[in-house]
Amino acid sequence: MAYDASFRVWRGNTNGGELTNYKVSVNEGEVVLDIIHRLQQTQTPDLAVRWNCKAGKCGSCSAEVNGKPALLCMTRMNTFTEDETVTVTPLRTFPVIKDLVTDVSFNYQKAREIPSFTPPEGLKPGEYRMQQVDVERSQEFRKCIECFLCQDVCHVIRDHEDNKPAFSGPRFFIRQAELDMHPLDTASRKRDAQEKHGIGLCNITKCCTEVCPEHIKITDNAIIPMKERVADAKYDPLRWLGAKIRGRQPGDVE
Amino acid sequence: MSTTEKPAASNDGTGVFSPGRARISAKTLRVDNWWVQPTITFIILLSFVIYSTWRAFANADYFSMPYLSPFYSPCLADSCPPGSQDFGSWIGSWYAWSPALIILIFPLGFRMTCYYYRKAYYRSFWMSPPACAVAEPHKKYSGETKFPLILENVHRYFFYAALVFNVVLTWDAIASFRNPQGEWGHAGLGTLFLVGNATLLWLYSLSCHSCRHAVGGRLKHFSNHPVRYKWWTMVSKLNTRHMLFAWLSLFGVAFTDFYIYLVASGAITDPRFF
Ligand code: SF4
Ligand code: SF4
Ligand code: FES
Ligand code: FES
Repeated sequence: MAYDASFRVWRGNTNGGELTNYKVSVNEGEVVLDIIHRLQQTQTPDLAVRWNCKAGKCGSCSAEVNGKPALLCMTRMNTFTEDETVTVTPLRTFPVIKDLVTDVSFNYQKAREIPSFTPPEGLKPGEYRMQQVDVERSQEFRKCIECFLCQDVCHVIRDHEDNKPAFSGPRFFIRQAELDMHPLDTASRKRDAQEKHGIGLCNITKCCTEVCPEHIKITDNAIIPMKERVADAKYDPLRWLGAKIRGRQPGDVE
Repeated sequence: MSTTEKPAASNDGTGVFSPGRARISAKTLRVDNWWVQPTITFIILLSFVIYSTWRAFANADYFSMPYLSPFYSPCLADSCPPGSQDFGSWIGSWYAWSPALIILIFPLGFRMTCYYYRKAYYRSFWMSPPACAVAEPHKKYSGETKFPLILENVHRYFFYAALVFNVVLTWDAIASFRNPQGEWGHAGLGTLFLVGNATLLWLYSLSCHSCRHAVGGRLKHFSNHPVRYKWWTMVSKLNTRHMLFAWLSLFGVAFTDFYIYLVASGAITDPRFF
């Protein structure tokens, strides 16, 4: 049934801004992004919002709805009551550009700091042979749509701007886990995860997993396994001894 | 049509109020009851801590043939009553305090460093963060990179110790198939408690993330290790329920101890089945 909903949308830019109230009509089956578009069409042609697919697959429309990081195109209006005010703000972990659009280049910077897939020397791309069981685990991580909601919700940087240089964030821990679990990767990702990407700052409180629209088990399947691998390489005296005896580096390929 | 709200008085310039971020005066805009979950966790964990501290220091009412409380098992001091020292008295006669204090560090350390309980107490006790997208009250944050929290990395050693304890507590469950005179082939209500307790503890430890890593998680080539891959698959299944087992086994230990306390103190008599 169509009704007039109360919306509160953050309007502004780097110099400041405010939550602004609107009344806007809602039809059956709509999502928050539809309402934002209706606002643009009927009341606020200059409202800035980033979007592309409207299908939860491009990761562009990330914002916060009633204080929770979410994709605007995947948040259904029928999850709110008709008399509820729906508050929409930009991501609160990254610098704002205008209205609902933020500058997420922090994430591109962090992505560049991870060495790409490093196959054994002399092995050419056409010669990779591996079995399904060996790649299965990391396939979950390839579902990532880079919406950066997990990065936005992570309190390590959300609540502590000063941690940004030292911390890559959950999206990049799954990237490192994916590569470290790859049967042909040879880079030293365990030590890097701790020393260069700050996985030790994560206290596994699981908010990243809670908001991931692809339902990737970020904490259980990527961060905790990586923390265990880091412990193998750095904090386990028995593994260290075992590796010494066998003439390897702790945490080497098995 | 639009109306405008002025933001409330300004803030401290860190976290969500850092320069460059959208200027919003509220620490969180969540409207749901986000504080309920951490509050419940806080109350339950705190109650357990108070209860177990009282019981561990009580040094009384922890054994009633054939039942030994999990807080006191293995009972390694000379003061342990006859029949409760199945694993010997290693400590000697000089030890005058509660025998629970000798061993509790292991189960305590196991739970303190457990990945699930870490989440639970970081959120509910330390409010770091209290809930997702709710600003935490701390100015500085170093996670698990510094002493003492860097010690969380020893979790696997507590896991190995927990396996030893599971064997001991499984023995206690088996030994509870006796009557108060020590004859085999009997059971009472306490037997059910001890068997349930041991089962839950096995489920809790086998679903542990360090267990998952040790049995196969650390491998790069599952195809080279078919048996470990099979173990890893089984532990991974249990692992998805680790939180559930963490709570059930916590209640299991507390209620088993409480039952034995009631029997040992004479408040109730143990109903015998056969
Ligand atoms: S689990 Fe770790 S990475 Fe994920 S949101 Fe929490 S602190 Fe950040
Ligand atoms: S892991 Fe999930 S939440 Fe994070 S960027 Fe990828 S899809 Fe988004
Ligand atoms: S518009 Fe593509 S994910 Fe929402
Ligand atoms: S016991 Fe919980 S993760 Fe090991």
